[in-house]
Amino acid sequence: MTTVASLPAGALEALLAGPGLYLHTGPFINHITADNAPIAAGIARMYGDYRVAESTAFADFHVHFDSAAPWRRWWHRQVRFSHDGFRPFAPLPREQGFAMFEWMLNWCVSSRAHDYLIIHAAVVEKNGCAAVLPAPPGSGKSTLCAALVHRGWRLLSDELALVRLADGLIVPLPRPISLKNVSIDVMRAYLDAPVFSTPVGSTHKGTVAHLKAPADSVARSDDTAHPAWVIFPKYAPGEAAVLTPMPRARAFMELADNAFNFSMLGGAGFDAMGDLIERSDAYRFRYSVLDEAIDVFAELARRRP
Amino acid sequence: MKLPVLIRLLRAPATAGDYALADWDMILRQAVSANLTASLWAAMDQAGVLERIPAPARTHLDWSRRLAERHSAAVCWEVAKIAEALRTVDTPFILLKGAAYVMARLPAARGRLFSDVDIMVPRERLLDVEGALMMHGWMSEKQDAYDQRYYRDWMHELPPMRNVRRSTTIDVHHAILPPTARAHPDSALLRSAAVDLEHAGAGVQVLSPTDMVLHSATHLFFDGEFDHGLRDMVDLDRLLRQFGSDPAFWSALPGRAAQLELARPLFYALRYVRLLFGTPVPPAVMVEVDRLGRPGAAMLKLMDAMFERTLVPPHASCSDRWTGAARFCLYVRGNWLRMPPLMLMRHLFHKAFLSSKTTPLA
Repeated sequence: MTTVASLPAGALEALLAGPGLYLHTGPFINHITADNAPIAAGIARMYGDYRVAESTAFADFHVHFDSAAPWRRWWHRQVRFSHDGFRPFAPLPREQGFAMFEWMLNWCVSSRAHDYLIIHAAVVEKNGCAAVLPAPPGSGKSTLCAALVHRGWRLLSDELALVRLADGLIVPLPRPISLKNVSIDVMRAYLDAPVFSTPVGSTHKGTVAHLKAPADSVARSDDTAHPAWVIFPKYAPGEAAVLTPMPRARAFMELADNAFNFSMLGGAGFDAMGDLIERSDAYRFRYSVLDEAIDVFAELARRRP
Repeated sequence: MKLPVLIRLLRAPATAGDYALADWDMILRQAVSANLTASLWAAMDQAGVLERIPAPARTHLDWSRRLAERHSAAVCWEVAKIAEALRTVDTPFILLKGAAYVMARLPAARGRLFSDVDIMVPRERLLDVEGALMMHGWMSEKQDAYDQRYYRDWMHELPPMRNVRRSTTIDVHHAILPPTARAHPDSALLRSAAVDLEHAGAGVQVLSPTDMVLHSATHLFFDGEFDHGLRDMVDLDRLLRQFGSDPAFWSALPGRAAQLELARPLFYALRYVRLLFGTPVPPAVMVEVDRLGRPGAAMLKLMDAMFERTLVPPHASCSDRWTGAARFCLYVRGNWLRMPPLMLMRHLFHKAFLSSKTTPLA
């Protein structure tokens, strides 16, 4: 089994510049070509544990990153995304290449993979039980997720919860965890020798950096999980960690609000959402100290048979 | 002409199992570029060959199936809302293109994706229709005075209207070509042959079979942009196969084309649908359409070279070094056919300099 880290020196760059890197992420195969140094560096640093596909016969997504117009390789340098010739987004400054790479891989999945109910949420797992953590940007979801997956929980996803329509199980899509602004410093202090991508300032979200996903989570990309909890986190400075049970109907509505393709899936989406809510305990969660939050989650897992 | 693998498959859906996974990768890429993934799923489903397709590719087709089912339901709802809005106007309206195929439950509808609903009403009722739509939540998209005039005076339609609640768009036409175009298919003739769709509601109509085919051909071969070119050819193939089982359809088609001044687009439509899909067309009909609509030999050679490059999927695997030039030429041709030269110049000048205050050039 070939991982990105086990490729010979220079092979990664040669693939990205040439025939393309065929990279497994969760259930998907991405065919990636890129003419952008931050992307090549980001993949080398963040995706070392990820499998390179054995065969180049098939890919789910064909993504390409280049510099847009020729002079953009040297002047006001840019990076531009294309999905197999289709360019849905404006270019970004060149140094945001790796952040754009992450956003575009998310876009491919959330706009196309309609055999899943796709929710904008983090998912972590312990003892086969998954906690879905939906939250609008800025609520501390990613910071909490980053902490949990280094304290006994497995990372299934930081951004996209994939609920398989066929059986309601959550399918892993472990990828680098995106952190913003203050959270980056918080995690540097909290974790033991964390591996970050180069922080990039002045994106539309502020300063953005990605944290490498734990190797064990990546290795277990094929292990699905049963949904057990739906927890809406909110970072509240100075407050003690408190879980408040939430009525199921409210949880349904708020979760639907955070689902990319809920409306698109029509009846099947409604059924999948209902199923998920029925199988899970729903809570709101407020916290400020990470260690307290970890303890609350550990207690939840203990109480679950 | 070497046909792209997607077209080879659509010509012969039963051969789906003969293609390896690597072929399917390319088939799907071409289908995505041509917005035909859902049609591809429909063709495979119809031929009963889904199980023979490698699993990774079948997953992609499943994604498209869900899209198609959702789309179909959304269209039915939208047409019902339009019919409700237009009840007060008391004039039938004719559904065009995709919405027509869906509501008339034609084979052409399966997997057919589109973004607007197009309808046609008599020119004299245009303002009443616009008023009724506004009362029910549709608003004109283009507010600029120039755009408004462009649509109302020169084109054959109201500016597109967007429903504020559902964000869906409706295009209201009074003709199938602009009054400024080089052909003038008489809307009254189209309306007198239109067919009622009772199950869709009072006032809802579609064009007659010959007119539906002619409209599809006209829409494609008078246009300047061909990203939807292959999709429209798929429509034509399906419509012709369905209506073609009735000999009366074929015997009426050439004459009707002549009557509506649409012999040339029909010629191109039949020529290229046979080239791409091997659609069965009675030889006698080809002879007659040839007589009525065939261009000169040099022109035809040029058109062949251009259409062979633009009716294929807009994907890198189907392009050669002339594809860009072909697209550009057809873009100019499309505008040329719809507008006289002086007007075109003025229009392009205005668009280029985007000034809403300049007085029109002489």
